Amino acid sequence: MRKVKIHITLKEGVLDPQGKAVQHSLKSLEYNNVHDVRVGRYMEVLVDDKEDLEAEIDKMCDQLLANPVIENYSYTIEEAG
Amino acid sequence: MKFAVIVFPGSNCDRDMYHAVKDELGEQADLVWYQEANLADYDAVLLPGGFSYGDYLRSGAIAATSPIVEQIRAAAEAGKPVLGVCNGFQILLETGLLPGAMLPNEKLKFMCHNETLIVENAETPFTLQYEEKEEILVPIAHGNGNYFCDEPTLERLRENKQIVFTYQTNPNGSAGDIAGIVNEQGNVLGMMPHPERAVDALLGTDDGLRLFQSILTYWREHYAINA
Repeated sequence: MRKVKIHITLKEGVLDPQGKAVQHSLKSLEYNNVHDVRVGRYMEVLVDDKEDLEAEIDKMCDQLLANPVIENYSYTIEEAG
Repeated sequence: MKFAVIVFPGSNCDRDMYHAVKDELGEQADLVWYQEANLADYDAVLLPGGFSYGDYLRSGAIAATSPIVEQIRAAAEAGKPVLGVCNGFQILLETGLLPGAMLPNEKLKFMCHNETLIVENAETPFTLQYEEKEEILVPIAHGNGNYFCDEPTLERLRENKQIVFTYQTNPNGSAGDIAGIVNEQGNVLGMMPHPERAVDALLGTDDGLRLFQSILTYWREHYAINA
């Protein structure tokens, strides 16, 4: 088994109203050094190991886990304990 | 004319859609559970609003992976009118039947009120009963209605006259003030505002009724006469 840790982030240039709201909240807590916040998603997927596992994870991300119109994804594959 | 209203787990405007077609338009309609539907028997497919699968992952994303989508795709390819409203629009985007994606409303609020829309294209199967540039009053009710697409796509939508409705005053940050778009063939419409909630003056506006009447007119002109 492998544990796939997937990060999904909004593409550059796509407005992130949620990130902006979080940024404003940080500002109201007087973190004046914060210039931008982008909110994304993190997933852990447990999956049987196989040849071409990366190709399959790419496909999962393109088909469902991320929306390629607005999102990018990256991942790491680890040995699952 | 026979309409299928697809019901997903979490749809909540399905009965309004059914009412609009059955009682206000006066045509046949069935509420069809997404796992049981056979769309071959229907002349038009309606995807209602709501929160299919609780909006998990992204609005419409999970519904867009269900097997019924292949049937919806087939109906679209056969030239049948396919209308997605609100969550139905989000599902159409997630299936790729329409280009673009939805982001959260610019101001992050769920918005629920009437909006003035401008009919940008009165030659689609959904807008034959409207005048071009006509202003109509239709309610919106969404948190994720901020339409996004890249610049080349927006340009293409404009060139092909695929932008069917725009907001007079943009409530949610949508690119190009877009409230509704069609596919290149013109027979698949996605829109965030709810025409099915605007079918009787008692509801405050009946400007949405002509959208359903347009579908009927289109169908009669293209199919019924030849049948």
